[in-house]
Amino acid sequence: MRRVYFDHSATTPVDSEVLETMLPYLKQDFGNASSIHWFGRESRKAVETAREQLAALLGAEAKEVFFTSGGTESDNLAIKGVALANRKKGNHIITTAIEHHAVLHACEYLEKNGFEVTYLPVDENAMVSVEAVRNAITDKTTLISIMFANNEVGTIQPIKEIGALAREKGIYFHTDAVQAVGNCPIDVKELNIDLLSLSGHKIYGPKGIGALYVRKGVRLEAVQHGGAQERGIRPGTENVPAIVGLGKAAELAKRDLEKRSAHLTGLRNQLFEGLKNRIPDIKVNGHPELRLPGNVNFSVLYVEGESLLLNLDIKGIAASSGSACTSGSLDPSHVLLAMGLTHEVAHGSLRLSLGKDNTANDVAYCLEVLPEIVERLRAMSPLNAFSKPSENNPCNSCHHH
Amino acid sequence: MYTDKVMDHFTNPRNVGEIAGANGVGEVGNAKCGDIMRIYLDVEDGIIKDVKFKTFGCGAAIATSSMVTELVKGKTLDEALAISNQAVAEALGGLPPAKMHCSNLAADALHEAIKDYKSKAGK
Repeated sequence: MRRVYFDHSATTPVDSEVLETMLPYLKQDFGNASSIHWFGRESRKAVETAREQLAALLGAEAKEVFFTSGGTESDNLAIKGVALANRKKGNHIITTAIEHHAVLHACEYLEKNGFEVTYLPVDENAMVSVEAVRNAITDKTTLISIMFANNEVGTIQPIKEIGALAREKGIYFHTDAVQAVGNCPIDVKELNIDLLSLSGHKIYGPKGIGALYVRKGVRLEAVQHGGAQERGIRPGTENVPAIVGLGKAAELAKRDLEKRSAHLTGLRNQLFEGLKNRIPDIKVNGHPELRLPGNVNFSVLYVEGESLLLNLDIKGIAASSGSACTSGSLDPSHVLLAMGLTHEVAHGSLRLSLGKDNTANDVAYCLEVLPEIVERLRAMSPLNAFSKPSENNPCNSCHHH
Repeated sequence: MYTDKVMDHFTNPRNVGEIAGANGVGEVGNAKCGDIMRIYLDVEDGIIKDVKFKTFGCGAAIATSSMVTELVKGKTLDEALAISNQAVAEALGGLPPAKMHCSNLAADALHEAIKDYKSKAGK
């Protein structure tokens, strides 16, 4: 059966060039990077090369890059690390309602420990207002954490402006750029970013490796304690093969950024146009222009997301949904709800995230398969164009429950 | 995540549609989770002669709707009333725990349809 992978926001395949670079560090060059002997020195050299490769991708200095186990750890280290190190200055953090759970749950943890957090709302395109950030700042604010690009709907935030505002007020600015790195040009100096999280497996590198950029001079406390690795900020034996893989993935991302972005934007537009032309009653989610090149998110009215996903999977297409039924909770995606979508519309949402190896034929296949799936599910649905749920009563058929 | 039987009923749902002039219609929904099920009954002499459904929901919601229609066709109303959501799930070889309360409303919809039939028939 034909297989099409449209879930690159969840994870990407490891690039073959990346894998080739990693292999020696799993076999002959297996030394502990902290060891003084030849084996250790070879590993250390490789780790430092990777640090330079990442720094080059971000416009940073190598010593400003700290390796972690992934995006979640980077977010936790940035948020808790800054909050704890700057507690004497203040206990207020500003973030948004649409962050990844790694940010939201880290903030909730701090709230339980005496910190105050403002969760800024977003508009219908999932965009955060710079004015709202300005208005939320108090004399106790020590950190603003706002994601670069949303993982579900792809909206890219006004990072440079928020960074400038934070700098003007003397507040640290962290951005979770897990989805943006490799997809958007990023220069941390130009964008006024103090801390930036990234993850290896979103840029065709391995899973279980990430990094945190920390601008020189930022006061950051370690949240994990152990040896002296990563200058004590993130102790633990370095995962050398994964670090080497991340470094190579960063090098390739820098080299191919423009090419990848143009390719993905072309496919994305082909997909959006095709969907709009072939499926009535769909709603595009996310910002119309300021969005990740490979992100396509839309709601199919009158059908449910998991049913769409399962049917797509049967046809060999891997995608993702903001439906509650795929998340294990009763609520659909917090991002879609924060954008003002009703529960019912949010339930019928689908995310197709494209990657560098997808082709126009993959998109054509999806456009061939999806309308028929939607038609079949709609024929089965008690909701239809003639019983449209109202905005005020999203579930007008079941208010007795 | 789903058993083969659930996937079978999801991909080939039985008794989809409406019954024109149904003498019992029941609808239930889980407003938060979003699933909505509507069951149509054609009851004759206390026997369910025909049953159809329409469902907005996930794989479990569609499969349980389909299964409940299979279970009740030809049954008496009392036999149909004895069917529980648990029994529907068991007939499908089980459902993931999260789906039990969220997407398995099929027996509730059936019971609503029987209630509707009884109230229309003045019973």
